[in-house]
Amino acid sequence: MKTTDDLSLAATGAALSTPSSEAERRLRGLLEQGLPITSRPWQTLAEQAGMAEGQVMACVRRWQADGMIKRLGLVVKHRRLGIQANAMVVWDVPDERVAEVGRRLARETAVTLCYRRPRRLPDWPYNLFSMIHGTHRQRVLSELDAIVQRQGLEALEHRALFSTHAYRQCGGRYVREEAS
Amino acid sequence: MHCQAPSIKAEDLNALDRRLIDSYQRGLPVCTRPFHTIAERLGSSEEVVLARLERLQALGVLSRVGPVFDHARAGASLLAAVAVPEAERDAFAELINAAPGVNHNYAREEQAREEQAREHGYNLWFVMTAPDEPELEARLDDLERCLGVPILRLPMLEGYHIDLSFPIPWAELERA
Repeated sequence: MKTTDDLSLAATGAALSTPSSEAERRLRGLLEQGLPITSRPWQTLAEQAGMAEGQVMACVRRWQADGMIKRLGLVVKHRRLGIQANAMVVWDVPDERVAEVGRRLARETAVTLCYRRPRRLPDWPYNLFSMIHGTHRQRVLSELDAIVQRQGLEALEHRALFSTHAYRQCGGRYVREEAS
Repeated sequence: MHCQAPSIKAEDLNALDRRLIDSYQRGLPVCTRPFHTIAERLGSSEEVVLARLERLQALGVLSRVGPVFDHARAGASLLAAVAVPEAERDAFAELINAAPGVNHNYAREEQAREEQAREHGYNLWFVMTAPDEPELEARLDDLERCLGVPILRLPMLEGYHIDLSFPIPWAELERA
């Protein structure tokens, strides 16, 4: 038995024409603002973007498959929930070890982001960035200590920069202003 | 500003709210009625799920329900920082927020631990985005002129874990 979704998926694969890149750009802009909380959110977006509902879902699946969309779901504001402490922990790692250390940090559940970025000498010697969230500073620091021990990173210079004020916290807007 | 509002108490979130948050920071179904599908899986109704999500959004617990795009693919972005006098921090932050493409802007301070050899002084950290690289550089150049201080530009070179989906420590929040 085929569900409505199977049918619309099949339809987007075959019968429906490919949406214009202009419509896809509009859809991207709309998606950056989030889904409408309605029974048929894709249908609402489709009407706004000038596409068919099946085309919207096909686009989203394609963007998920090719990695353009990293995840799809509830975007939580941790701060609002009382997860007040967030530390950007920056590390000075020898270049030949940075990928290995980055991957190990990323395995830690407390680490929510982990990137390699360039050093900017002499002002900025740190080349690995990780984010650790927690309810309080002290918890974040003890978690950091535990990570350093578990991963054997005692020799690496690192610093914990805690946010003291959020002047802005919102999702990325990459589509040009005139899109919306 | 909205961001600074007092926290929501964990007690204000019921079991369904928590299950929604625990289970659907990723994997929202891409089907005609996603919230109906979610409701079925969680043993609730579409109507109730929609109402709870709307409430969570109104409370500011959710910034949105939707996709998180990969910065590197979705356009250009980088992490930037400036070192400004603490007394003038708010004024600088306001100028930064007024620039096009700024989507995160935090004051950060170092947690003093042992004696630190170097003093970097970078106390405002923000993410600048743009549709493409030249536009990103142009936006940063404009902002740099406007601020009158050099901007530290730190593009992402490699991502090891690029998904901000975080297990919520409910029990710890309830004790708080």
